[in-house]
Amino acid sequence: MLKRLMPLLAVILLALGLAAPASAQLQVRVDEGNFKPTPIAIPDFQVTGSNTQLARQIADVVRADLASTGLFDMQNPASFIQRDLSINAEPRFADWKIIRTDALVVGAFEELPDGKLAVSFRLWDVYGGELMRINGEPGRRLTTTPENWRRIAHKIADSIYTRLTGEDPYFDTRLVYIAETGPKTERVKRLAIMDSDGANQQYLTSGRSTVLTPRFSPSSQEITYMSFEGGRPRVYLFNIETGRQELLGNFPGMTFAPRFATDGQSVLLSQAQRGNTDVYIMNLRTRESRRLTDHPAIDTSPSMSPDGQSVVFNSDRGGTPQLYIMNTDGSPRACPSGGRDTACRITFGKGRYSTPVWSPRGDLIAFTKQEGGKFYIGVIGIDGSGERLLSESYLDEGPDWSPNGRVIVFFRENRPGAGPQLWSVDLSGRNERRVMTQTDASDPAWSPVLQ
Amino acid sequence: MHTLLKASAAAALLAAMAACASRPPPVEEQPVAPPPVEETVEETETVVTEPVETSSITPGSLEDFRVNVGERVYFDLDQFRLDSDDQEILKRQAAWLNAYPNVRVLVAGNADERGTREYNLALGERRASAAKDYLVSLGVSASRIDTVSYGKERPIAGGSNDESWAMNRNAWTQIVSGATS
Repeated sequence: MLKRLMPLLAVILLALGLAAPASAQLQVRVDEGNFKPTPIAIPDFQVTGSNTQLARQIADVVRADLASTGLFDMQNPASFIQRDLSINAEPRFADWKIIRTDALVVGAFEELPDGKLAVSFRLWDVYGGELMRINGEPGRRLTTTPENWRRIAHKIADSIYTRLTGEDPYFDTRLVYIAETGPKTERVKRLAIMDSDGANQQYLTSGRSTVLTPRFSPSSQEITYMSFEGGRPRVYLFNIETGRQELLGNFPGMTFAPRFATDGQSVLLSQAQRGNTDVYIMNLRTRESRRLTDHPAIDTSPSMSPDGQSVVFNSDRGGTPQLYIMNTDGSPRACPSGGRDTACRITFGKGRYSTPVWSPRGDLIAFTKQEGGKFYIGVIGIDGSGERLLSESYLDEGPDWSPNGRVIVFFRENRPGAGPQLWSVDLSGRNERRVMTQTDASDPAWSPVLQ
Repeated sequence: MHTLLKASAAAALLAAMAACASRPPPVEEQPVAPPPVEETVEETETVVTEPVETSSITPGSLEDFRVNVGERVYFDLDQFRLDSDDQEILKRQAAWLNAYPNVRVLVAGNADERGTREYNLALGERRASAAKDYLVSLGVSASRIDTVSYGKERPIAGGSNDESWAMNRNAWTQIVSGATS
């Protein structure tokens, strides 16, 4: 089973393709059992202009992004032999083979006459002795304003990651979360946002009202979350660009546990009224809501499948909180455990299961599990098979997926009384690491890849 | 109103702590068997709780409700069932509310920290509703009772142990308006 401190490893497949075309180049495998991180060298970029420091910072962020995956072994610049790299020339592969690097990134930084900056880069397969084309191009050149430099770095890292692993990108994204301060009995909880690597932290609400469980829209610059504004829990929308906050719907009871539907056009949520919590879906354009569950048990924490056909949710209709799947249109479905029902239970292990979140790839559901005085983050197949626990501590709660479905972010209280922190773990269960925040933090949610 | 609530929260915390000290220590998960005796035997309990001079308390005041009636009922792990102790407190609350018909209350349901946020919001709402339903069954008009759930977000005890968790699984009847000052 997983062990938290297991080394961060990944297998590389060096296909020295004779018969195969370009796809047989250097390929980093993310799922294999026998892991060895791929050696990669990212020397500082060539600089045209005076801002050597900024050029170095960009390279640092690229290196940090790739290192954070646990899939790469970042080579020490002090060991580099070739010091006269040029983006316009082939590197001396022999020099890079001596230090046993598999991949080499050569970058160039320019300050443009209009004040913007541009970064170009190429990716080389050292043992294959050839250029690795990116989206069919021999390299990429990205331009932006100087204050936006981190996004260039994230986009470069995304390109390299995607080219080497075949996975979709996820560095050029943001996390929204709840920043927490103050003693436990008088906690201040604010909506906060930051880049995926923890840079550019900002608060979005004042802390006057307790806010919880923010989630990103898959299609707009909006967040849905729950706030105690006005005294009772209600679901709101928050526009990141305008700062405008809007109450969602006119439900008689309290509303909470919001999450956008896959198409971003609706929000799933729970309403509690007269002691009973059920799941609803509200269309954001028409503002009409439809009830999805009608059961005297607690039904909450809905999350929709990527194809929009199904909703996984948490219910205690079986006596303890467990995960169930229903059809979005309310029709009965064939349950993996046999028979047809409007809601099929998928968790049967020991313990209590809650906060299900459907993977962007569709095949897995992440959850919080509580058993024997501990909390776990895990994943399970949509038919209830293949449960795997990825993390364990005194309190691990509230998983959310990176947009490419490779990484899960969650919050953790390491020991009784400790404040919550953000952590991430790879879907493989390896590479558990802290996501740094300025304050205690909980309820992280990942944005889609920025445009 | 905010400061009023705060002050009453602080007072309630003290009262709850005092009450806690006189209660048997809470036990996790063990289902509490219904007591073999009927509710009439509880007389002694009122003697035990508070050495307060009742004469100095204005009848119908916030303090009267807090000290002589009791603001909170406590729940077993994962439960929203009201046991005979809870029913006793709610009966006193109902009698008091029936005596002071201008008083409006907010019943806040709370959960301990050993559950997930969203489920606990639902669980807190269940607890608040259970307390409200009981008050209504004793003749208090439903329109005088609002409910809210704070889930695990507003613990009254800051510890991470069985005692604190037992304190934090509660329904708290707070007077919103209409009390004698």
